[in-house]
Amino acid sequence: MERMRARVLVVDDDPALAEMLTIVLRGEGFEPAVVRDGSRALDVFRDVHPDLVLLDLMLPGMSGLDVCKQIRAESGIPIIMLTAKTDTVDVVLGLESGADDYVMKPFKPKELTARIRARLRRADVGTAERLRVADVEIDVPGHQVTRAGEPISLTPLEFDLLVALARKPRQVFTREVLLEQVWGYRHAADTRLVNVHVQRLRSKIERDPEHPEVVVTVRGVGYRAGMS
Amino acid sequence: MTQRPPPAAGSRPTPTTSPEPPTPDPAPRTWRTRSRELWLRARARWSFLSRSLLFRVVVLTLTLSTLVMLVLGLILQQQITTGLLQSKIDAATAEIDSARVTVENSLSGADSDPTSLQEQLRLALTEIGRADGSSGAQGSAAGVFDPVIVPSRIGSDSADLAVDQPLGDVPAELRARIGQGQMSYQYTTIHRDGENLPALVVGSPARTATDSFEVYLIFPLAGEQGTVQVVQRTLLLGGVALVLALTLISALVAAQVVRPVQRAADSARKLAAGDLAERMPVTGPIELATLATSFNAMAEAIRVQIRQLEEFGKLQRRFTSDVSHELRTPLTTVRMAADVLHAGRDEFPAHLSRATELLVDELDRFEILLGDLLEISRHDAGMAELSAEPIDIRSSISACVAAAGPLAEQSGVPIITTVPDVPVIAEIDSRRVDRILRNLINNAIDHAEGHAIEIELAADADVLAITVTDHGVGLRPGEAGLVFNRFWRADPSRQRQTGGTGLGLAISLEDARLHGGWLQASGSPGRGSRFRLTLPRHRGGLIAGSPLPLRTGADAMETGPMPKLDHAGHIIVPAGADWLEEVDSGLDPTTVPSAGAGQRAAEAVVASVDAADPVLAIPGQSAKAASGQAPAAASSTPAPPAAEAKPGKAPAPEGSVPAIGGAPRESAR
Repeated sequence: MERMRARVLVVDDDPALAEMLTIVLRGEGFEPAVVRDGSRALDVFRDVHPDLVLLDLMLPGMSGLDVCKQIRAESGIPIIMLTAKTDTVDVVLGLESGADDYVMKPFKPKELTARIRARLRRADVGTAERLRVADVEIDVPGHQVTRAGEPISLTPLEFDLLVALARKPRQVFTREVLLEQVWGYRHAADTRLVNVHVQRLRSKIERDPEHPEVVVTVRGVGYRAGMS
Repeated sequence: MTQRPPPAAGSRPTPTTSPEPPTPDPAPRTWRTRSRELWLRARARWSFLSRSLLFRVVVLTLTLSTLVMLVLGLILQQQITTGLLQSKIDAATAEIDSARVTVENSLSGADSDPTSLQEQLRLALTEIGRADGSSGAQGSAAGVFDPVIVPSRIGSDSADLAVDQPLGDVPAELRARIGQGQMSYQYTTIHRDGENLPALVVGSPARTATDSFEVYLIFPLAGEQGTVQVVQRTLLLGGVALVLALTLISALVAAQVVRPVQRAADSARKLAAGDLAERMPVTGPIELATLATSFNAMAEAIRVQIRQLEEFGKLQRRFTSDVSHELRTPLTTVRMAADVLHAGRDEFPAHLSRATELLVDELDRFEILLGDLLEISRHDAGMAELSAEPIDIRSSISACVAAAGPLAEQSGVPIITTVPDVPVIAEIDSRRVDRILRNLINNAIDHAEGHAIEIELAADADVLAITVTDHGVGLRPGEAGLVFNRFWRADPSRQRQTGGTGLGLAISLEDARLHGGWLQASGSPGRGSRFRLTLPRHRGGLIAGSPLPLRTGADAMETGPMPKLDHAGHIIVPAGADWLEEVDSGLDPTTVPSAGAGQRAAEAVVASVDAADPVLAIPGQSAKAASGQAPAAASSTPAPPAAEAKPGKAPAPEGSVPAIGGAPRESAR
């Protein structure tokens, strides 16, 4: 990468794990910063201006979910949760609080860095592409989504998800394909990621999220973009 | 090994359903089902009514009081009638005495001249009549009468007497008795004014100095009959009214008892539905107040118990979650440290490098074991959740087969997959189903000993089934019940390739259960084993039968006694038969089906025959090996569903590859 080393903010209360994470991240060419207290996470976040946040869900001071929500309220930067919980509820709660992805403890360093890189790698945006799904306008290079001239704020991941669907309006995407295209996973991972993010996207872009028109569910298969 | 060890706890042979051939003529069947349904409904209604306390009390009161009233009424009527007649007879006897005296007095001087006799007779009759009609207590007590006087010597024929008297109304029997000189009476029917009337005829012989007469008094019983009729009417009316009143009273009394019972039932129902604060009002008679008090005490005890259990559950959940987190975090650090060491092992001396490799490998195992332990403890704590959504199960199968590809290749085990060529959408938790499939496939590869393993999918409208069959070491009798036990190993000396934790199948069983599905195993030693996963296609659906047989076609023909089919298409497994080992998971099919479910199952079975038209597909990854193995594998390829219903015939699988599959099977027998 030509650009300077990507800054990763590690929010984790376990000193050993935090230190190990810095060792690994540094070894992989990232510039890590560590904060061990949830209540200080937001301040450090504002100081450091990271490119990505690694967030442990169980933190002293403040729940990881709250930290996640606060960061998400200020910025759309990628957030990856580190979670020891495998329960659907916990994972879904984390994703709903704004995390883009999650890594289940214990993870391998390679797995973690692969996920980080996938999140940092922005979709290459070439030509001045404008897409339209239902009544939603997408300005791809401008990273702008509007409905009737009114901008809708999406996180980069949500934006990528929408663009991936909108580029092939007739195609039905399975969750696995979306995981590969949007999240950059080669092997089928957890399809709950897709479900939660589609719901989050719908809550922002649909007029009535109960009856979606932009991102349509194809029962038993996956999703596709609505008719424009 | 004819003696089969008792099956492990929670496992026992269950009847296997098999698809039956489609009914050729469905019309009479539906008619029969409908009439049967009506009959059942009527019977259910009746049995409900007959079991209703109120209904019972009312019917019983009605019946018994009617019976009592009937008997009582009859006796009363009898008594009254007898009493009436008795007083009539008494009065009549008195009357006839005086009449006799009168006759003896007035006819004492009568001579044999018929004319004067007639005159005297007429006089005597008037005399008797007057004595009756004008005065005297006896006369009024006996009521009106018609006197008849007959001179004995004239005999029965009184035509020549020329006295106008109703001699014809006197019965001949009575006259005979009077003729013998005794006083007597008799009931008879007389004609007056064109009506038939009951009447009492009293007769007495009368003797004068010169002659003898027969005196009769005929008492029409019109008044008595009227009285009896009035009494009858009164009794009937009173009886009916009394019966109705009694019934009403009994209904009221029963309702008094039943209503609090119903209230208690309502309260219990609410309590059962989860409203733990539900209590009964402590009012009314002592007995019911006691009931209410006891009920409330019970409700309180239950509430406390449930609170405690909830508390325990919460603690257990917290504990599992905490252990999970507390263990995983340091494990993550260790894991990362080990991987960093592993990445730089080239710079280490040989023994350190090897130690690093061992560290990393064992960490993998440790991780899997920890994951499995946590998963099973989640199941044990009842906190495993089903996040079901509709997916095409074929994609799960192909993903799992692809994931098992490297291991299969390494073990030289071809995988043959047979799935329908239409999507099989089912509401399942793909994470759990994938895990089940991975476990089954890895397990099959582990035990295949280089023979091909077969994966087959079939579905009907409500249920889908996946079988994973290997032709390796198989299962010894009794082992099919053990394979799902935690940390159970068929042969402890066997080397493991997949590094399974021994919890895989136990977790799979729990996962299947969570779906409301079955996970079953069967097999025979040296011939291989088959695992069958049966899942409802809709969340919360019931399974009445599986679209795929649990046993391979070859086994079905070659071993054991022939299974018998019952009317529902179930195979009845002879008790103690060691040719079939089954273990059921989740819902026990023998306990589930209600009338409705059974019917639905029958339809589903019929539907499965035309819906699931399996197409054999051989995935490319093991094409080379598969082509070499195909004939051998195909000889035991499970016959289509119908084969299980008629195990003796076992038609060759339609549409599947090898036609030669039948030949070796024949010779093998």
